[in-house]
Amino acid sequence: MPERIVVPFGPQHPVLPEPIHIDLVLEDELVVDAVPSIGYIHRGLEQLVQKREYPEYVYVAERICGICSFMHALCYCQGIEHIMGTEVPDRSRYLRTIWSEYSRLHSHLLWLGLFADGMGFENLFMRSWQLRERVLDVSEDTTGGRIIQSTCKVGGVRRDIGQEMLDKMHRDLDIFEEECRDLGNVFLNDETVKYRLKGLGVISKEEAYALGSAGPTLRGSGVASDQRETGYAAYGELGYKAVVETAGDCYARCAVRVRELYSSIDIIRRAIEGMPEGPIDVKVRGTPDGEYFSRVEQPRGEVVHYLLGNGTKHLARARIRTPTLANVPALVKMLPGAQLADVPIVVLSIDPCISCTER
Amino acid sequence: MSVIKEQTTRKIAPGDLLREVEALNAGGYRIVQIGCTGMDDVYEINYTFDKDYELVNLRLTVAPDVEIPSISGVYWGAFVYENELHDLFGITVTDINIDFKGTFYRTAEKYPLSITRSGGDDPCQNV
Amino acid sequence: MGLFEMTRTVLRNLAGGPATRRYPAVPARTSPITRGHVVFDPATCRSCGICSKRCPCVAIRLDKEEKVWEIDRMRCIACGDCVESCPFGSLAMEQEYLPPTVEHVVDSYTITYVKPERPAKKPAEEGTTDA
Repeated sequence: MPERIVVPFGPQHPVLPEPIHIDLVLEDELVVDAVPSIGYIHRGLEQLVQKREYPEYVYVAERICGICSFMHALCYCQGIEHIMGTEVPDRSRYLRTIWSEYSRLHSHLLWLGLFADGMGFENLFMRSWQLRERVLDVSEDTTGGRIIQSTCKVGGVRRDIGQEMLDKMHRDLDIFEEECRDLGNVFLNDETVKYRLKGLGVISKEEAYALGSAGPTLRGSGVASDQRETGYAAYGELGYKAVVETAGDCYARCAVRVRELYSSIDIIRRAIEGMPEGPIDVKVRGTPDGEYFSRVEQPRGEVVHYLLGNGTKHLARARIRTPTLANVPALVKMLPGAQLADVPIVVLSIDPCISCTER
Repeated sequence: MSVIKEQTTRKIAPGDLLREVEALNAGGYRIVQIGCTGMDDVYEINYTFDKDYELVNLRLTVAPDVEIPSISGVYWGAFVYENELHDLFGITVTDINIDFKGTFYRTAEKYPLSITRSGGDDPCQNV
Repeated sequence: MGLFEMTRTVLRNLAGGPATRRYPAVPARTSPITRGHVVFDPATCRSCGICSKRCPCVAIRLDKEEKVWEIDRMRCIACGDCVESCPFGSLAMEQEYLPPTVEHVVDSYTITYVKPERPAKKPAEEGTTDA
């Protein structure tokens, strides 16, 4: 009867971007069980909604996470706008789409770099983050901040992008796409990477759907579910089809994210070409009264903001369900059967963003 | 123009919860979230399910010391949300498949968002 | 058989120079709209208090009788809400990030705005004083 030992993984680990603790039950280097535990970075941001008026809560909402920050602000603003019944102008919807897709590019490039670092491929890690700097430069030139954009507000956007800047972004996308395709080629076609990733952490299609997982964890197993297909912001006019792989292992989840890089560049190009003229915001008066579930596709999956207004300037409740919380059951199912040395790769393949999970 | 899909909410009693959830599972819905709002003297718990981008909500309104049955027999992944309900709000959920007994969410104070907090101290120290 | 797919990129990186900037010896890359820190002009502030109400971090404190405007640099997140909402243009955003400090910094300014005097209504006054 082999002996069982318990090895703690995290909260400090070089491969984790944020602290999560998992107790791994091992039998001679093979994982048989995993027990997660969170709470290292709980900041009580859901309670802060009772102390900040609803226009200022956007700043809190975008600071829930540093990697997916624009889309939290977008989800919150869309929820408030739906409760109050305001329509935002067309130009602001296209601008929000462009900034969302740049956010997704930077998040996926960050994840690809950490994933390569977890595999031991440091040169690829440095190259991914070098490409990510181009995206952050665009973000800084158009919004003023590299990661926290602070441009989304209730009623539209705060800042416009001029035509020469849009033309420059459109030209630079060609060179950027070529370099991203080179990078994606290494992830998808290199034999050493494939040997490391194929067959690891497999989740079948029915299991992924029944466990309630979200994002590339779900799409890597063959379920075509992507909130961008519902057509919020400008996706209705631009049209979007979900990127799906069927194998359900770490290689498939990596391939979903690499192909989403290419589809994001395509959306940005089409949004810049089809950008309408017009105002960028509408004046919002009154207070929200009512409730709504607002859903947006973040880089890690679908995020749900449940907002309840009671007619005063402070909301009664903001409940934020982030995709990593939905992927934790999938992680607990994926880990048994993996070797101890493969645990960092499996944990990273669901893209854990723990500061979102614990708000 | 964005397409707003339907969002429906149904109020149910705690006794009907398991039956309704099994019906939704048979209908092919996936679980999205279980969230709780603390109103003045009751908790309002929302169970959200989704299929093809349409949301269905089941709403329970319970007093602070009522016990609710767990749906993790039907949806295995619901233990995350139910442990969070227990650790943050102090609501007792019976028969969770993986019950962390209060150690899932490590906070400095137990049940920080509960409406029955004694003492006037608001856990949110930010002005 | 895809081995050594990374070779082309490695050779290109070897031929080019370093991709990083030796900050803080070399100043950071900024753009004209980078949000670094907030700058206050005491001569134009009329003590309306809008900036203090709009600040999401409660970093600005205004004392109308003492004519003191304070900003807690460690709470300020440089979001730019106060700069946008000031109706008199006394606040501006500069591009440099503030260097790290070891003690709590609260910048205090004395408001020096003086309301210009109304020109006296001469003919009416002389009429009343003359009875």
